[in-house]
Amino acid sequence: MSEQTEIVDRYTALFEQGCEQLPGAGVSWVVERRRAAMNRFAETGFPAPRDEEWKYTSLRPLEKREFGLPAGEALDLRPEDIAEFTFDEPEAVRLVFVDGVHVPALSHTAELPEGVDVRPMSVALNAPSEALQHHLGRYADPEGTPFVALNTALMGDGVFVHVPAGVQVETPIHALFLTSPGTDGVGPHYRNLVVAEDGASVTVLEDFAGLGEGAYLNNVVTEAVAPENARVEIYKLQQEGSGGYHVASFEGYQGANSVLTHHNIALGGRLVRNDINDALDAEGARVNLNGLYLGDGREHVDNHTRIDHLKPRCESREYYKGILDGRARGVFNGKVVVQPEAQETDSDQQNRNLLLSRNAEVDPKPELEIFADDVSCTHGATVGQLDEDALFFLRSRGIGYEDARNLLIFGFANEIIERVRIEPVRARLEERLLKRLPHTEAMED
Amino acid sequence: MLSIKNLHASVDDTEILKGIDLEVGDGEVHAIMGPNGSGKSTLAGVLAGRDGYTVGAGEANFDGKDLLEMEPQERANEGLFLAFQYPVEIPGVSNIYLLKSAVNAARKHRGEEELDAMDLVAFIRDKMKLTGMDDQLLYRSVNEGFSGGEKKRNEMLQMAVLEPKLAILDETDSGLDIDALKIVADAVNQLRDAKRSFVLITHYQRLLDYIVPDKVHVLYNGQIAKSGDKDLPQELEKTGYAWLTGADEMQAEEAVQGQ
Repeated sequence: MSEQTEIVDRYTALFEQGCEQLPGAGVSWVVERRRAAMNRFAETGFPAPRDEEWKYTSLRPLEKREFGLPAGEALDLRPEDIAEFTFDEPEAVRLVFVDGVHVPALSHTAELPEGVDVRPMSVALNAPSEALQHHLGRYADPEGTPFVALNTALMGDGVFVHVPAGVQVETPIHALFLTSPGTDGVGPHYRNLVVAEDGASVTVLEDFAGLGEGAYLNNVVTEAVAPENARVEIYKLQQEGSGGYHVASFEGYQGANSVLTHHNIALGGRLVRNDINDALDAEGARVNLNGLYLGDGREHVDNHTRIDHLKPRCESREYYKGILDGRARGVFNGKVVVQPEAQETDSDQQNRNLLLSRNAEVDPKPELEIFADDVSCTHGATVGQLDEDALFFLRSRGIGYEDARNLLIFGFANEIIERVRIEPVRARLEERLLKRLPHTEAMED
Repeated sequence: MLSIKNLHASVDDTEILKGIDLEVGDGEVHAIMGPNGSGKSTLAGVLAGRDGYTVGAGEANFDGKDLLEMEPQERANEGLFLAFQYPVEIPGVSNIYLLKSAVNAARKHRGEEELDAMDLVAFIRDKMKLTGMDDQLLYRSVNEGFSGGEKKRNEMLQMAVLEPKLAILDETDSGLDIDALKIVADAVNQLRDAKRSFVLITHYQRLLDYIVPDKVHVLYNGQIAKSGDKDLPQELEKTGYAWLTGADEMQAEEAVQGQ
């Protein structure tokens, strides 16, 4: 336990030194929640390898390193430096964070319907609304995973979105989290909260990108609330740098006849872990989880999802696909729990994996726990290689070997990417995907 | 166009083709018939360059070039087209993207400029009329969720778009209803001209009710057992393949007539 003691000591020191500078330091409930979460983390430390939920993902590299809280000032990036991550059409509200710090100069405001509150979390914590106080930390429980506890204790910036009842927000909210080139050792604890009231709708894009090769840790928690008849769509895009560690938890909470869609596109990083959880807590709610994860070199990408069917007549659809090359390792753990009360649940989960090299590896693990008797639950998981017949077919149409191979890989991923409804985001994803494939000149034209 | 001499090929040390001789001239349509297991699909696979065959003795020349030395994509870019017995599904890749990639690969091979997107779509739409294919299938993933007939139409569309010098249809007619069969036949008949050649590989004679071949060959046990003109299929219908296999006459007849 000495290592865990060391980790706990390290983060406790970080907390004690930094808590005065953290946002919301003058707000008593924020301070209390931070301290309670820190105490919780001090009890557990990092998850241990024997923890079933962390069986395939070693945290050793994270345990050894110290990741500091973001400095007060972000490095000077110019708008042209981030042009490849921004879009103007459709117009979006854009909040840019660099190395954990909100940068107003790179951000962009757009007109929103009356009453819609979109603010950097650092600003919102210093002047909290009732909605923030009511919802923050209500779904992401510090008792759950140690990373949520750590995030709650040390949360710095992120995005807070509140949409009043019945208001439809067409303008996407784009939160861009960049890690600047040359940065090393920073560890932001990004915190996002998206609250739609009854009948409201909103789309939020969480976009993480690493511009350099240094080591850093993004520890992210996002909570999203979709009560009765609300529609919430979250896009989480993540392409960290080669030294980037990314640990993220998403907690969705849904009311009657609401629709929540979460897209989780993980395109790279030294170690990536996503915990995507959703609770269907009233009749007629529907959740869609779409996921795509790519790994190459020695990258490690782990997606854990959990859908909780708590009430009758809810629907869940989950489609996750992985592409692993080099010595990369992928993990998919998809849990669907149907509680005794959740009769007439309709659930489908599919996980497909494509291995492009002999040394790549993936561990798919679908888990269904069904305690109701009148349900329709299906699931499937596959691990395969490129289809030789399809490869020959493409070559027989004149397409060269590399291009044919890339076309098949692209096609495999495209089934998830084509579900992205923000056109420039979809186009950019296609581009980023193509860039990750070898020798793609022919396809980029 | 195509000149095959004494071609041998085996799969896992079992010899399937045991010395094929075949001469297909410019603008000619040849039909190759024969019972199951005679080597028909192996011949198509070897000519198109599919993996898994070991070519032994013999040669195959295509327009004066050694076909067997070429990669599958080179053969296609030189003007060889294979219509598949079982067209594969390619989820996530749209038909239009496939056609665009294929057309531009061939143009690049010939040292021509790539076609711009608008011209290409216009060109493809024109060809779609030929095959009577539904417009919306262009933006669907290749063959995914297509009916058997739609898949074959799609093969014909690819053939029409790629305008090959030589098209080999590997049992393209199998499993088709009469309407779909006519689509295949129409496509072949419309593309048929004084230069373009076809090799129709078929188990049944009924395709030849709609496409009149110049020559018909019967493949048996890895060799061309008999060659004749367009009337050979009718003869076969009467006699079956019994004279080849020694099998029961009635069964053999069923095999020729099909469903």
